[in-house]
Amino acid sequence: MARYFTEDHEWIDIEGDHATIGITDYAQEQLGDIVFVEVPESGSVLEKGADAAVVESVKAASDVYAPVSGEILEGNDALADEPALVNTSPEEDGWFFRMSLSDSSELEGLMDAKAYKAFVDSL
Amino acid sequence: MRYLPLEPADRAAMLAKIGARDVDALFADVPEEARLDGPVHGLPDHATELAVERDLGAMARKNVSAADVPFFLGCGAYRHHIPASVDHLIQRGEFLTSYTPYQPEIAQGTLQALFEFQTQVARLYGCDVANASMYDGSTACWEAIVMARRITRRSKAIISAGVHPHYVAVCQTMARFTKDALDVALPELTDGAPGDDMARLLAGIDGETSAVVVQYPNVLGHIDDLSELAERCHAKKALLIAVVTEPVALGAIRSPGEMGADIVVGEGQSLGVGLNFGGPYVGLFACREKHVRQMPGRLAGETVDAAGQRGFVLTLSTREQHIRREKATSNICTNSGLCALAFSVHMTLLGEKGLRNLAALNHARAVQAAERLAQIDGIDLVNGSFFNEFVLRLPQDARQVARALADRMILAGVSLGRLYPDGEGLDRGLVVAVTETNSDEDIAAFAAALEEVLA
Amino acid sequence: MNMNSEGRPTRPEPADAVAESWTGNKALMLEEALIFEIGTTASTGVDVETPPAVRSRLGGLDRNREIGLAGLSEPQAVRHYTRLSRQNYAIDLGLFPLGSCTMKHNPRLNEKVARMPGFADIHPLQPVDTVGGAFELIHTLGEWLCKLTGMPAVAMSPKAGAHGELCGVLAIRSALEARGDAREVILVPESAHGTNPATAAFAGYKVEDIPATPEGRVDLAALEARLGPDVAGVMITNPNTCGLFEPDMKRISDAVHAAGGLVYCDGANFNAIVGRVRPGDLGIDAMHINLHKTFSTPHGGGGPGSGPVVFSEALAPFAPLPFVEKQGDHYILIEEETAEDHHASSFGRMVAFHGQMGMFTRALAYMMSHGADGLKQVAEDAVLNANYILRSLDDVLEAPFGKGGPCMHEALFSDKGFAEGFTTLDLAKALIDEGYHPMTMYFPLVVHGAMLIEPTETESKETLDQFIGALRSIVARAKAGDPSMHQAPFHAPRRRLDETAAARKPVLVWKEPEQAEAAE
Repeated sequence: MARYFTEDHEWIDIEGDHATIGITDYAQEQLGDIVFVEVPESGSVLEKGADAAVVESVKAASDVYAPVSGEILEGNDALADEPALVNTSPEEDGWFFRMSLSDSSELEGLMDAKAYKAFVDSL
Repeated sequence: MRYLPLEPADRAAMLAKIGARDVDALFADVPEEARLDGPVHGLPDHATELAVERDLGAMARKNVSAADVPFFLGCGAYRHHIPASVDHLIQRGEFLTSYTPYQPEIAQGTLQALFEFQTQVARLYGCDVANASMYDGSTACWEAIVMARRITRRSKAIISAGVHPHYVAVCQTMARFTKDALDVALPELTDGAPGDDMARLLAGIDGETSAVVVQYPNVLGHIDDLSELAERCHAKKALLIAVVTEPVALGAIRSPGEMGADIVVGEGQSLGVGLNFGGPYVGLFACREKHVRQMPGRLAGETVDAAGQRGFVLTLSTREQHIRREKATSNICTNSGLCALAFSVHMTLLGEKGLRNLAALNHARAVQAAERLAQIDGIDLVNGSFFNEFVLRLPQDARQVARALADRMILAGVSLGRLYPDGEGLDRGLVVAVTETNSDEDIAAFAAALEEVLA
Repeated sequence: MNMNSEGRPTRPEPADAVAESWTGNKALMLEEALIFEIGTTASTGVDVETPPAVRSRLGGLDRNREIGLAGLSEPQAVRHYTRLSRQNYAIDLGLFPLGSCTMKHNPRLNEKVARMPGFADIHPLQPVDTVGGAFELIHTLGEWLCKLTGMPAVAMSPKAGAHGELCGVLAIRSALEARGDAREVILVPESAHGTNPATAAFAGYKVEDIPATPEGRVDLAALEARLGPDVAGVMITNPNTCGLFEPDMKRISDAVHAAGGLVYCDGANFNAIVGRVRPGDLGIDAMHINLHKTFSTPHGGGGPGSGPVVFSEALAPFAPLPFVEKQGDHYILIEEETAEDHHASSFGRMVAFHGQMGMFTRALAYMMSHGADGLKQVAEDAVLNANYILRSLDDVLEAPFGKGGPCMHEALFSDKGFAEGFTTLDLAKALIDEGYHPMTMYFPLVVHGAMLIEPTETESKETLDQFIGALRSIVARAKAGDPSMHQAPFHAPRRRLDETAAARKPVLVWKEPEQAEAAE
């Protein structure tokens, strides 16, 4: 399994041609207490960069983009009842959605953990 | 300059602190050519309180006010008696001169009152939740259509012919720019059920329909059971939007929410607000709990403070323009806070018992008036059902009759020709509203004058 | 010697202990339950006459279950709302320095005039010749607005500022469509009120940001670079949300016009220039005026407002229905029935009836009271007060745009220099304990930890001096890192409220305790 990161502070775990996507610990820290997450419906087909999910704190709402193109397989329903999972376990239980990967070459522009850390440190 | 506390000595001292030569220096960013050299031309100078009151009083006296004459106008604005304590309470400076409750620790009065208002509106409409108010019923109606578009991801709404024509016009104006498709129709004076086009609505619902919009009771006073319509909408995954322009009616008849409406909006003016020539009024907006994040407008919610005490805050603000900007559910910011308070105070004074008594009295008076007026030669009562408003079919254009009655100091009702300049066969229709403010003498005077005018 | 005083103490013990009260009340600060907890469905504060017996004509839809509306007798209701009112801050109580909200004194003459039966007790659909005075009032107010702004036409019906914005944007869209020019983009400065982009989107436009310069102004070069055949117009706030006048406004207007677009000006901050500058001289095509800001109609805890829109010649033909015209010595109402051919370009109706009459009467009473000379003084005093605050605090607070020169009606500061972990929110909450409503916080977004202070002309020098003293004291605490500030306010009716809990599990209506439990 490989984990990638985007400059929009999303993480992507790749297993075969499936991707699991969430927001990073840094992102949840910046957003503060998460109060609501809207995950995409399974079956929707998204282009890379399209609006996929919404994450809200009390005073801010942020769009989460599809980091790669593909079809949504499932959203994390646990976030509906417990959005705080994004704060307590952003990079595990607080995942947002899983999708199929239609073009694995799209992974090429993404960062690995080390590059992402350097990116965050530079902010 | 009674509203300005600074004295010349203050101004001089402040300019010295600022380090400005004179006040003009503070307007240095304004280009020379845009600065006026003196007061704006063509406007009078300041005036005493007495003089202003005298001038505006003279203007006010040129109008015939409802209290001065037998008065029977409705169609979206109703004359009801407002208890004296309502106006007293909303004029308390802490309500009147406060701002939107963005600092909840020092705005619990407004926030708790809004929470109570939301609960009253939700219960009255038979819905799960209500917001803290919209501008008025007409704009709330359009916002409901936009909300249904967001929920269903469809943009074709069917609007009943019984919806107030101004409300329809507002929606048509907006839809022209947003490219929503609206299916509209003009009402007909069908005997027994004026303005009712249930068959058209039922037949029109398909897989593209976002919502069906009906008014209850409708603009011509007729009351329809909405249950079947709600079922049909839900079968096609469309929403039913009900519009209520006379909230007092819901003290006598079932609420739209009970009959399956998904979004219920309307005008709250009848309670606490007064006629005010059309504004400010208060838009009511209620829906199902599961749709609350698609709702426009402000919401007060319950929470606790750091010491564990119950308190209230504005919540779910990420729907709103100040956070979501172009992705907000609506552009609404200022709503009708003080009118919502007036509505709520009046509703609290009435309570269940008072509202139901008031509704019963309105209906009884309207039935009496309808029966009396229908006895006049050449006049038909068109409605089979109604609450406190019904349509009379006159033997001639109702506009002229209403004007002739106004000359006899009777404000008789709203002529349909004015509301529907293009409505065929509607010009003989007169919509008459009767409330608790109408006495037996008013009804008798109206009937006598109408007989005279038609003779 | 008469010993009847029984040794009753007449000098207090030194105050050191604080006792919790059994009721939770604090003397004059009284706790108050919800109406649903106090009242019942059987109680009422309104006597209704017994209805005559009639045959029901309700179509068989007679209500068959309880609504669940709690009622209170009149004394209970008066006490309930009086107690609630005392938990609110208000301009009647003190300085309310919310930037861009213009919390000025609300004269009581306005309230009296608005309640005259000839204005308050007339129906919007009365025969027009029974409401000539109402049309005269609307027309007179419209004339004042046109003259004060230097614009030829006005639409009176918009219900509030954002509704006025919508009116202006729809007129722009109509004018462009009338010349067969479908443009899709509205440009909005990044410092704009959220209503601007929301309005443009509500009217079906795409929204793009225009950046600000380091001086807090619209970046003219960036704007000019973006103009083109797809840009319908710009929405500019002037004076802007940083409290600064846009000195290039005329050049901006000219550039937009040259590119075929139209200019919307957000008039939320008109109070700074009323009577001194006419927006019409700056080339704008539409501007709304918040009667509840500049013209003193009360904010009422969040409305009602009123947002008339003034138009240039280019947009005037597209103004919404209805409106009032003067013909000879009488007034006529232009609505659907009477618009006909000579108003065929109107984009239609955007609200039922005629707009916010109750606000019109109040605003006109205010304008007549001040007159042209007084309104000019209003702007001057508002700007003077704001600059006095700017220069009385800029040695302790960073004023990001204050170095270059004066501000207009509001002073903008950042949180720079606060101790680690101390925020604008802490400062605002501490200000509550000092007896003030906080300033606008975290807006505009272009300044970190923004504090936007608008004193308005309502405040005396003494009031400002006390406020400045309070702020300097709090700023010193924030810089020193006084940890108690994180917990402020201490003396308000409530301590800091948990907004996270409110948003995670929204409780938006009251439920019976057993219902609420079942819903858990």
